Amino acid sequence: MGKAPVRKLAFQHPKFLIIAALAGLVIGLTANGLNYDKQIRKTATNRPDSIASVAAFGKVYKVLKSPRCMNCHPAGNIPLQGDDSHLHTMSPIRGKDGKGVYAMKCANCHQATNSPGVGTPPGNPNWALPPEDMKMVFQGKSARELALQIMDYKRNGHKNKAQLIAHARDTLVKAGWNMGDGRKPPPIAYKEFVAAWDEWINKGGYAPGK
Amino acid sequence: MIKLNINNKDYELDIDPNMPLLWALRDVIGLVGTKYGCGVAQCGACVVHLNGEAVRSCVTKVSRAAGQSVVTIEGLSPNHDHPLQQAWLELDVSQCGYCQAGQIMSAAVLLKENKNPTDRDIELAMEGNICRCGTYLRIRKAIHLAAAIQNKD
Repeated sequence: MGKAPVRKLAFQHPKFLIIAALAGLVIGLTANGLNYDKQIRKTATNRPDSIASVAAFGKVYKVLKSPRCMNCHPAGNIPLQGDDSHLHTMSPIRGKDGKGVYAMKCANCHQATNSPGVGTPPGNPNWALPPEDMKMVFQGKSARELALQIMDYKRNGHKNKAQLIAHARDTLVKAGWNMGDGRKPPPIAYKEFVAAWDEWINKGGYAPGK
Repeated sequence: MIKLNINNKDYELDIDPNMPLLWALRDVIGLVGTKYGCGVAQCGACVVHLNGEAVRSCVTKVSRAAGQSVVTIEGLSPNHDHPLQQAWLELDVSQCGYCQAGQIMSAAVLLKENKNPTDRDIELAMEGNICRCGTYLRIRKAIHLAAAIQNKD
């Protein structure tokens, strides 16, 4: 009996193998090319750039110095209040953990959400000042001083770069743009602030000259 | 339904979860020792204890107190003989009396956390409680006396 002819499957043809190999090469190179391009773009975005970084911090600084941020980063131990940043009525004090003392703890009045009505206590579940051992003062700080402070792990609440980037997304930071009736929001939109914050840090976290 | 534990007693109330705790205490349950002063957490007349903290019940929604322990002036002590209540009577602290429940509830948190408060500690703890009759000096004296009574007990 003669052998039955062996039928080659399509992928067993030499022509097919050559075409497949070429296609694989092209796809591989393209994918690699795309990755490489992505890396380049990423590197370009994060490349240290003191001019762009300092310019971005200019926007950030305006927000940090606005009452919505500065009022809870006071130079003293009493928080500030209102668009004129006066001392908080009733003179509540910081306390060790930043959450007040005795019958004067922040959460006794500040609820998880804003209370209704003009001038009523704004709310957030984490309402607090920075703690006593890391006051992170904004009040009275020049742009240079504040930029250096925020980029200093020993003075910024022990935050590394990733944690600093994340901090701008913190609910308490976001609350600055939703502080209840009768309070002006910071001078630029939240999205614009986050973009400037990221740019400042990603491009090197440079401090302005002054 | 909202479940509240007030002065060690359980309540199940068919009320809006956004209702201020003060409303539930006074108008629904009938515990009227806690007073309505300003309604915006500025005066301290409505202070009650929520899990031991001196919260202002006029801005605290009942939903925050659900399933938690609430203590009002009526439940501060079993026989109305908390050291602060004894001291208040001894020194005739009250004049019109409207703010005094809130004063005592705030002072109780101070004495729980600081057995020997100084004048400064008392100021820090009581800054948020306003008295239109101006009984502040007697309040301070009574808190010192209450601390002495508490430490003797």
